[in-house]
Amino acid sequence: MHIGKVSGTVVATFKDKVFEGRKLLIVDHLTPEGEPTGKYWIAVDDVQAGVGDTVMVIDEGNSARQVVGMDPAPIRAVVVGIVDEIDIEGSD
Amino acid sequence: MQLAKVIGRLVATRKYKGLEGIKLLIIQPLDKFQNPIGEPVVAADGTALAGPGDVVFFVGVREAAQALPEKFVPVDHAITGIVDEIDVV
Repeated sequence: MHIGKVSGTVVATFKDKVFEGRKLLIVDHLTPEGEPTGKYWIAVDDVQAGVGDTVMVIDEGNSARQVVGMDPAPIRAVVVGIVDEIDIEGSD
Repeated sequence: MQLAKVIGRLVATRKYKGLEGIKLLIIQPLDKFQNPIGEPVVAADGTALAGPGDVVFFVGVREAAQALPEKFVPVDHAITGIVDEIDVV
């Protein structure tokens, strides 16, 4: 899993049926220290996350299909948790 | 998935059997502010409705084939939706 920060939303009328009724978020990839890496995902939201939230993201198809309960489906990135706190040994 | 802009079409008469009838488009990957990043790629259009000028989102690698009616075809990028609106902070 990866750490990310929700920075936006995407709306689409014409899309694969796996995305119907699901919120699509723009999530910036972060280092554990909270620095953006420049990479981002458009991810399906499974935890009612919103803009500004730090989240956990999976970027793997099999897990993603399990989360949405549809297989096959062209899905990889899913927001699966909202982060409360990150503690890294050796940092303040 | 990432954002991309459709910048062209591609036609191939002779191709792998599973790819027959699939619309192929040239897409330029975009960052979240819609600035181009990286090189354009050929993508299969899973929506069957996208065309040049559209901003779309696409899925890469193994999941791409699953965007198409025939699920196990040799495709590594597929368009999975046409963007109406992007709201970025």
